[in-house]
Order: sequence, then structure tokens, then C-alpha cells
Amino acid sequence: MGKLIGWIDDRFPLMKMWNEHLAEYYAPKNFNFWYFFGSLALMVLVIQIISGIFLTMHYKPDAELAFASVEYIMRDVPYGWLIRYIHSTGATAFFIVVYLHMLRGLMYGSYKKPRELIWLFGMFIYLALMAEAFMGYLLPWGQMSYWGAQVIISLFGAIPVIGDDLTLWIRGDFVISDATLNRFFALHVIALPLVLIFLVVAHILALHEVGSNNPDGVEIKKNKDENGIPLDGIPFHPYYTVKDIVGVVVFLFFFATVMFFFPDGGGYFLEHANFIASDPLKTPEHIAPVWYFTPFYAILRAVPDKLMGVGAMGAAIVLLFFMPWIDRCKVKSIRYRSNIYKINLAVFVVSFVVLGWLAMQPVTSTITMLSQVFSLLYFGFFVVLFITSKNEDTKPVPDRVTE
Amino acid sequence: MSTDVVDKDKRRFLTAATSVVGAVGAGFVAVPFIASWMPSERAKNAGAPVEADISKLEEGRMMIVEWQSKPVWIVRRSRQMLDSLPKLNDNLRDPASENADQQPEYAQNETRSRKPEILVLVGICTHLGCSPSYRPEIAPADLGDDWMGGFFCPCHSSKFDMAGRVYTGVPAPTNLPVPPHYYLTENTILVGEDGGAA
Repeated sequence: MGKLIGWIDDRFPLMKMWNEHLAEYYAPKNFNFWYFFGSLALMVLVIQIISGIFLTMHYKPDAELAFASVEYIMRDVPYGWLIRYIHSTGATAFFIVVYLHMLRGLMYGSYKKPRELIWLFGMFIYLALMAEAFMGYLLPWGQMSYWGAQVIISLFGAIPVIGDDLTLWIRGDFVISDATLNRFFALHVIALPLVLIFLVVAHILALHEVGSNNPDGVEIKKNKDENGIPLDGIPFHPYYTVKDIVGVVVFLFFFATVMFFFPDGGGYFLEHANFIASDPLKTPEHIAPVWYFTPFYAILRAVPDKLMGVGAMGAAIVLLFFMPWIDRCKVKSIRYRSNIYKINLAVFVVSFVVLGWLAMQPVTSTITMLSQVFSLLYFGFFVVLFITSKNEDTKPVPDRVTE
Repeated sequence: MSTDVVDKDKRRFLTAATSVVGAVGAGFVAVPFIASWMPSERAKNAGAPVEADISKLEEGRMMIVEWQSKPVWIVRRSRQMLDSLPKLNDNLRDPASENADQQPEYAQNETRSRKPEILVLVGICTHLGCSPSYRPEIAPADLGDDWMGGFFCPCHSSKFDMAGRVYTGVPAPTNLPVPPHYYLTENTILVGEDGGAA
């Protein structure tokens, strides 16, 4: 075995990579619950790629055949239902772990110097993931697929001057049609997964270059022993690989529960209207996006103007990219930050969740009014943060990580 | 001339020139790929006009025909519906249909139609492309006491009156478009052509 590895090492940096990224990558010893979600996101990506590859073997990206081929997968392909539910549950799971992973970053200031690029790569992953999920949702060619895509593509039509031509170019036809379905299939199955994998590699390389943050937000590289190993660091393998396996087991327990017992998530993971084949002449009575897009959709609905609404929705996402520069506080972790920050972040999280719920309700004047209030609170987070973070009343940060 | 002195300016110029030419080449190569996303010839030819027979359309009712894969609504409006139109002018964004992109010239009138009672519209909301619902009833519970009948978009609650004119304070920016159409006979409409009338 040792000889084989030696043979490979003379020709390929196998042990070098193993050591750099696992056996001799020193991670802070005080990781808590919130640090499960990075590795879980990676695992869900693998689940999605594998289940997705097998779905493409039975699915037909053709407007005449697509809906029926999904039913064929569900009824006739051996274990086709299981593979499809793995993939659809995986989509929801992906966003759950990614949202929790992002919240972790916000709580412990993981986007701050020197980790700005890690955050930016992560935000691009999130963007690619939204595109991936949106295009994947068109493929079953049900009513929600069709009208959801119609609405989202029309968003680009709000852009002045080039808007109409841009939507025509994206659709490849005057309405959502076979051309749209076919190209979304190509993007969903080949282009975006490649982009995602590239971004994930960049995200991890950038992380391993500067080292992981931790719940105390102190740099463990400041205190090293005589061998240059951080005093508060432990090798990622075996310590965190084993810890993450525990997370994986618990996660898969929930994953399997949803997959076997609630695959449609009560209409939130797979919407009921999508069990009807797409009909370009009739919009479903109540249309709402899948749950992971709803907060942004609520912001869109809150603004009674087409261009402004689309702009506000875009800004809600774009602002997150600038977190490393909006937050001017030197202290990273929420543990040592002011109460203003704690309240501000809590309001932000609550607004995000409430907006998500509001978007799923039929429109009434109360719902619109509430959407407007919570949209303002959402944007207020960034404003308050920018103003208060410069001279924030922080607590002293310890030198070493605490328990 | 000595050969072992590096002329850095020359080297920089050559590097820059090569990069620029390479970038231009890459730009040209991108053209066919980007252009391949535009509607194909087949898609462009698919929008043939369609005939609609309105002889069985009752007063106050709506029928839908498919034109260019879009829903086209045909409504036979009642006297009462037509009477309600001028009363709404103050609540509308474009009551006189001044935006010429939204209807042919022959429909730029009070009823936005060729024949006053027959309304022909493309049933795609000008906000984000949902198809609004036909709500002819007066003052239903969910739309309020001011509702005089019209079209309501369930996606983002845009409202249009019985001539497809958009209300103010809703996200849709313009009136619903009137497609080109003309009467082949008393009771047959051809949607997609305007029969020479511009």
C-alpha cells in the first residue's frame, strides 16, 4: 500500500493534497452545531448530481413528452419514484442547509477580512443554485413549471430598452415553449452543475488558504506552537470528518423522513398545481414560487410598480454580496458584538421568514401591507448595520478560543 | 543591434496587441452561440392567424382562442359594462389608450374595440405574464365595492377594466394589448391580421 502511494506521489500530489486539505488542515477546535452545514451542502450537491444523472436517463426534454416522461418515471421505471423524490427532496434540503450555512456566516462574521472572497464565491454559489433550481423546476412541465417560468423570465422584461428582446432571447420563442424547455434542460444538466462545482472548489480553496473562522471570531493562526501548528487548531481529519459523519447521519434521518412520508412537503416542496400538465391558456388561481424563493417574491409583490419591484427584488439579493463592506465592525462574532447588532440580525431573520410566509398567501390588502412593512425591515438591516457598525459598542474579544 | 537586451515596451505592446486580437476573435466566436438562442425560423413561422366564431358567444361571456400560443380573449360586453367604462377614467393609468404599442389604431377608442360590444384582447398580464381571470361581477367580496367588472391577475393583483385598461396603483404598467384582428363576416373574427386597415 505504502509503495503504491509512493509510486503515485512521484507522479501526482496525492498525499500533498490529502494533507493540505484534510490531515494537516487545522480547523479551530470550537466548531459548534452551525458548522455542520458546509459539509452537508457538499453532500447534498453529490446527492443531486447522482440522482440527477439517473433521472436524465428516463426524462424527455420535449414539450410534447416531458410531463408524461415524469409520470413514466414515477409509475413505470423501477424505483423511478424513489430517484425522483431523492432529487426533489434534495432541492429543498439544499436550500435549507445553504440558508443555515449563510446565517452561520452572518452570526460569526465569517465574511469579514480576510474571508471576503470566500463569502463572494459562496454568494455566487447561491446565485447559481437559484438558477439551477429555477430551471430544474421547469422540466416537469406542469402548470407551476410553466407559469413560474413565465413570471420569472418576464422579470427581465422590466429592464428598460433591452427588456423585451432579452426575454425573447431567453425563451427562444414568443412564449415559453419547447425551445425554452430544451435549453433549460441543457443548462440544468450540464452548464450550471459545472459552474457550481467550479465555484465550490474555489470556495473551499479560498477557505483553506486563510483558514476557518469560528464561533469566537478569533484568528487561530495568531497563536501557534513551536511546529507552526495553531494552538487552538485540530486536524480536520480525523476530528471533523468524524464529527461531520454524525451530522450526516442525523441529516439523512430527516431527509429520508421527508422523502418517504412527505415527498411533496404538503404542497410546499412539490406544488399541487404542478401535477397538472402545463396549459399556456390558463394561469393557476393561486401561483406562488417554491418555498426557497418566496421571501424575494414577497418583496416583488410588495412594490406596486413593475421596474421598482424587480429592482427591489434584485437588490435584496445583491446587497448580501456587499456584506463584507456594509458591516464595518472589526469584531467578527456575534458573541462580542453589541445588542444593536443582535437585535438587527434577529429582525432580519424574522423578516426573511415572515416574507417567505407572506408570499404564499393569496393577495389581500393586509398581506400587501405586511409585505411592505417586512420588506422595509429586510432592507433596514443593511442600513442600520452600515450606520451602527462603524463605532459599535463591542465587548473585548479573547485571545484564544473559548469553550 | 544587440539581441540580449529586452525591449520591454515592445514586449508589452506585442502582448497587448495579441490579447486584443484574441479577445476580438473570441467575441466573434461568441456570436453564433449567442444568436442560436434567438427564435428559430420554425418558431417565427408558427404565428399563423386564427379564426374565431363568435355566433354562440352570449352577452357578458368570454371565450378564449389560442393565437401564437397565447390566450386571446373575446368578450361580448353588455350595455351595462360599456356604460361603466367612462366612469372609471380617473382610476386608470391610460384611460384614452394613448400608448400606441398596446392596440392597433382602430382600437384606440373609448371601448378599445372595432365593434363597441366585442372586446378582443391578448390575455397576458403586462406585468409578469400571467393570464388574468375574468371577473365580470360587480363588487365581489374579494375585490371591493368599487369593482365594476374586469380582469384580475391572481399573481400580483393587477386590475384591468372591461376594456383591458389598467388601474392605477397596481404593478402592471400598461393596458392589456389588443391583437390585430378583423371581421371576416358578422360573426367570424380573424385574429392575427388586421385586413389591410392599419
